[in-house]
Amino acid sequence: MRILKGSKLTMKFGGLKAVNSVDFHLDNGEILSLIGPNGAGKTTLFNLLTGIYTPTEGNIYMDEKDITGSKPYSIASMGITRTFQNIRLFSDMSVEDNIMMGLHSRIGAPFLGSIIPTPSSIKANRFAKERLDWVLNYLGLYSLRKEKAKNLPYGLQRRLEIGRAIAPEPEVLLLDEPAAGMNPQETNELMGLIHDLRNKGITILLIEHDMKLVMGISDRVMVLNYGEKIADGKPEEVKQNPEVIKAYLG
Amino acid sequence: MQQFLQQMVNGLSLGSIYALIALGYTMVYGIIRLINFAHGDIYMLGAFAGFFAISAFHLSFIPSLIISMAICALAGMLIKRVAYKPLRTAPRISMLITAIGVSLFLENGGLMVFSPSIRTFPTVFPVKTFSFFGGLVKLTVKDIVVLTVMIVMLILLQYLVYRTKIGKAMRAVSFDKDAASLMGVDVDTTISYTFAIGSALAAVAGVLVGIYYNSVWPLMGIMPGLKAFIAAVLGGIGIIPGAVLGGLLIGVTETLVAGYGNSLYRDGVAFAILIIVLLLRPSGLLGKNQREKV
Repeated sequence: MRILKGSKLTMKFGGLKAVNSVDFHLDNGEILSLIGPNGAGKTTLFNLLTGIYTPTEGNIYMDEKDITGSKPYSIASMGITRTFQNIRLFSDMSVEDNIMMGLHSRIGAPFLGSIIPTPSSIKANRFAKERLDWVLNYLGLYSLRKEKAKNLPYGLQRRLEIGRAIAPEPEVLLLDEPAAGMNPQETNELMGLIHDLRNKGITILLIEHDMKLVMGISDRVMVLNYGEKIADGKPEEVKQNPEVIKAYLG
Repeated sequence: MQQFLQQMVNGLSLGSIYALIALGYTMVYGIIRLINFAHGDIYMLGAFAGFFAISAFHLSFIPSLIISMAICALAGMLIKRVAYKPLRTAPRISMLITAIGVSLFLENGGLMVFSPSIRTFPTVFPVKTFSFFGGLVKLTVKDIVVLTVMIVMLILLQYLVYRTKIGKAMRAVSFDKDAASLMGVDVDTTISYTFAIGSALAAVAGVLVGIYYNSVWPLMGIMPGLKAFIAAVLGGIGIIPGAVLGGLLIGVTETLVAGYGNSLYRDGVAFAILIIVLLLRPSGLLGKNQREKV
C-alpha cells in the first residue's frame, strides 16, 4: 500500500531545478534509501515531504490524501517525522525535554490545558510520560535523561535525534544521513536500530552515502542525479544500473 | 545606613517595574530577534487600562490587573499580526523600523484618545508604613504590593516557560524554528503567545506604576521603555533571568544616584550603563560571549 506518494515533484530555486519532475512513492512498511551524488536534490526532496518547502509543481499524497502545501507542524502531526543531516537538537534542553518536544504534536492540549491541568491535558501528559520512558529505555538514554543534549557525545546525539523523531509513534520516519560521522561499529548498531524500527511498523525513508548500510538494509533504492530520478529498484538492480555507475564515477 | 537601606527598597521597587517590562523585550527578542520598541507603549496601554478599570468601573486591584493584562495581551498579539508578521521574511532592520513606527503610533494615538493631560491614578491601597529591623527599613503598602506582585509574576513565568508545553515550544522556537515546526510546533502561534505573555507583563508594570507614582499619561512609556531595554541588554538580551537582574540593577543604581548624587543624572547614568555594557560586555552580564552563528 502506498503510504506516501509524490507526483511530478519539482522545486525551483531561481533558475535551478533542485528537484525536477520526480515521481516518488513509499510503500507501507518498507525501507527505501535515497542516494545520489552531493547536490542531487535528496535533502530538497526531504524538505518537500516535510513541508519546509512547498513544491513549485507537483503534489504530495499521504494515504491518498493530498497534503501539498501543508505546514511542517501539521505534517508532523500526520505522522511524518525526521532527523537532520546536521544534528539539530535543542542543545540547551535536557535529553528528556528534547524527546518531549518530539511529542509536542501528540500532546494536543490547547492554551488553557497547557497552563493548568485539565482532564484531557492530564491524560495527554500521562501518554507523553509513557512514551518518554519507553524511548529513553529503548535507546539506552535513560541514565542520561537529565543531561543537556549538547553534552552528549556525537553518536548519542544522533541517537537522541532518532529518539525525538520516533517518540510520537510516526508512520513514516525520514532519516537524513544518520550514519554520517559514525565509526563502523556505530553504523552496525544503527543498522540494527533501523531494522528494528521497521519491524515495529515504521516505514523508513533514508538518505545515506554509506553504501554498505544502504545495500544492507534497503528493500528498495532510489537514485537522484541533478534533481532527476535516474533509477528506482531493488538494491542489486540499482547497483548494476549503468546510469547509476556513470553518475557516481563521473 | 538607614537612608541607604531605604534607597535600596525604593530601588528594588522601581527595579521590579523595569524588570517586568524588560522581560517582554527579552522574550520577544529571544524568539524573533526583534527589539520591540513599541513595548514601552504597551506598558502605557496597560497603565491606562488599569486606570479606567479602577476609576471608571470601580474595580478592585486584582480584577483591574487581570483586565489590563488581558487587554495588553490582545494588543500585543494584534501588533504582531498587523505590523510584524508581514515582515517575517524581510531583513531584520525593516522590522526594527516598523517597531519604532508602531511606538510612535501608540504614543500619538494615546495623546489623541486619552488627551495629553496627566491623570491622577486613584489611591487603591491604604497609605500606611511598616517598619522592619527596628525602624531601619520602612516599607509602604505600595512597596510590598509591587515586590509581591513581581515575585508572583516571576514564579508564574518560570512555571510557564520551563514546565508547560507552551513554554517548551517557546524555547524550541527560539532555538531553531524549522526544527521546532517539524516537531509539530505551530511557530506562528507560539510567537503570538510570546507577544501576549510579554505584553501582559508590561501591563502589570503599567498598573503597578500607576499605583506607585499615582499618575498616568500617554507618553509615560518612553523613558521606562528605554530603561527596560537597557536592563534587558545589561542582563543579556534573550535571557529571562538576565532581564530581572538587569531591571533590579538599573532600578537600584538610579535610586542611589538620585538619592546620593544628583537626581538630574539618573537618566544619564542608565544610558551610560548601556554604553559601558555595549563596549565591554555586549552579550550582557549573564550572556555567554559567542560569535553569532551564521
